Amino acid sequence: MAETGRVAGRDWAVEKDLGARSSRVVDGLRAYRMITAMWIRSTMAYRASFLMTTFGNFVATALDFVAVLLMFSRVDELGGYTLPQIAFLYGLSSTAFGLADLAVGSMEKLGRRVRDGTLDTLMVRPAPVLAQMAADQFGLRRLGRVTQGVLVLGYALATVDIDWTWAKVLLMPVMLVSGAAIFCAVFVAGASFQFVAQDAAEVQNAFTYGGTTLLQYPPTLFATELVRGVTFVLPLAFVNWVPATYVLGMPLPLGLPGWAAFLPPLVAAACCALAGLAWRAGLRSYRSTGS
Amino acid sequence: MGTGRLYATVAAGGFRRYATYRAATAAGVFTNTVFGLILVYTYTALWDERPHLGGYDLAQAVTYVWIGQSLFKTLASGGGGVEGELMERIRTGDIAVDLFRPADLQLWWLAADLGRAAFELLGRGVLPFVFGALVFDLALPTDVSTWAAFLVAVLLGMLVSFGIRYLVALTAFWLMDGTGVTQMAMLTGWFCSGMVLPLNVFPGALGEVVRALPWSSLLQAPADLLLGHADPLPTYAFQAGWAVALLAAGRLVQSVAARRVVVQGG
Repeated sequence: MAETGRVAGRDWAVEKDLGARSSRVVDGLRAYRMITAMWIRSTMAYRASFLMTTFGNFVATALDFVAVLLMFSRVDELGGYTLPQIAFLYGLSSTAFGLADLAVGSMEKLGRRVRDGTLDTLMVRPAPVLAQMAADQFGLRRLGRVTQGVLVLGYALATVDIDWTWAKVLLMPVMLVSGAAIFCAVFVAGASFQFVAQDAAEVQNAFTYGGTTLLQYPPTLFATELVRGVTFVLPLAFVNWVPATYVLGMPLPLGLPGWAAFLPPLVAAACCALAGLAWRAGLRSYRSTGS
Repeated sequence: MGTGRLYATVAAGGFRRYATYRAATAAGVFTNTVFGLILVYTYTALWDERPHLGGYDLAQAVTYVWIGQSLFKTLASGGGGVEGELMERIRTGDIAVDLFRPADLQLWWLAADLGRAAFELLGRGVLPFVFGALVFDLALPTDVSTWAAFLVAVLLGMLVSFGIRYLVALTAFWLMDGTGVTQMAMLTGWFCSGMVLPLNVFPGALGEVVRALPWSSLLQAPADLLLGHADPLPTYAFQAGWAVALLAAGRLVQSVAARRVVVQGG
């Protein structure tokens, strides 16, 4: 914290000089770190408000799980899955999404910046626009959602029946990181789309919030075409469905072979690359308001 | 007569204002449809496991999903009506100007919100519902009177919804920043209106409580009428009771709050 604070205090002019020499990725990460550190400090100035909104975020997502609990007060199984098994899917989806939302969730505000012309301010600064946009209004309160996901995952791990192998143990952190990366790619791709359709920002909610809601339930519930769509077209299934069914020892969706469970890192890398291309195309097509 | 026309104009303005953003409306329709799809599949699994859960059969449960998605914005179960703007006016002090206007503050905002709700019903409600009816097997009434009864319940739901959100907005007189209250109101509204799960599926005492709260007027009451699960008169009485109580409370709080307003400057 002290270290980032010191970096954040540095002058933009110095950064520009450094940026010219270092690679773009390092540059972007440094800008991201500086801006988030600034927003965290500004959030901490209103500590009570921070605690309340974090708690609010926690409750908001917790109610989501209460709905699942209410369902299980009436049934013992849903789509062949027990409550601990669904909690496992839920915890993975919610944690991965929460991490992505924490890291780049601010991207969904891009449409507003395009509309009111403040995106131009970001473009004249000597730091990648993507990093600035992702770190903009960095909301540490979103830790509330991550906390909720981790708690549900903890409950699942304590109650669910899994034949643990080393491969499965290793797959756990890989799954969370890849899942978060896939959701990050969705956020970035959604923001790129907002360059074109500024007012239609809500479409992205169908894939981000809709995506995480979908993944909280077992794949056996949904129509095959839908499962195919989120496996091969928008590969959200690799966030948890494909790897998690393997860990649980349940049949993989669409009869995929077992090795598919180890694909999430590759899928995540491909998604991020595509999202990066979409972002570039979007940014290049950007025309300022012009006044 | 003159005042009636004033509020009608305000309502028409509210309608036109929300109708301006066509791309946003189309995006909203798409999102509601996607969420509807996800919910339909989870409800189908639930009702397969326990047929006649909460007294609904599968077709009725699926219909409930599409009623919910169609009325979500109209009844602003999770907030998102005109109250955000009202809060902003209270925070910035613009409310002082509103209080000087020769119009009633509560009726003015009610008219604006009804205009908004009417647009959301047509613009955002109809298409997801039609989609649901085309793709799934819905339990829809064939007689006009049931549909009419449903629309009356929706209108009463709009009044109750406004009553709740007006009270939420007035808290800004004391708290200035309404983020926390808005968030809490959104969560309570979303959960207690039956957006997640029909309220008659809630077990035991929890079910009794949520069904008696005002939020059950928003979605559960109209849905039960359309599904032939409730009689119009007791439903209307319940909704109207809450509407009157909430709007009266809003009036009381407003008169207390108006005395707190200090107009700065000179």
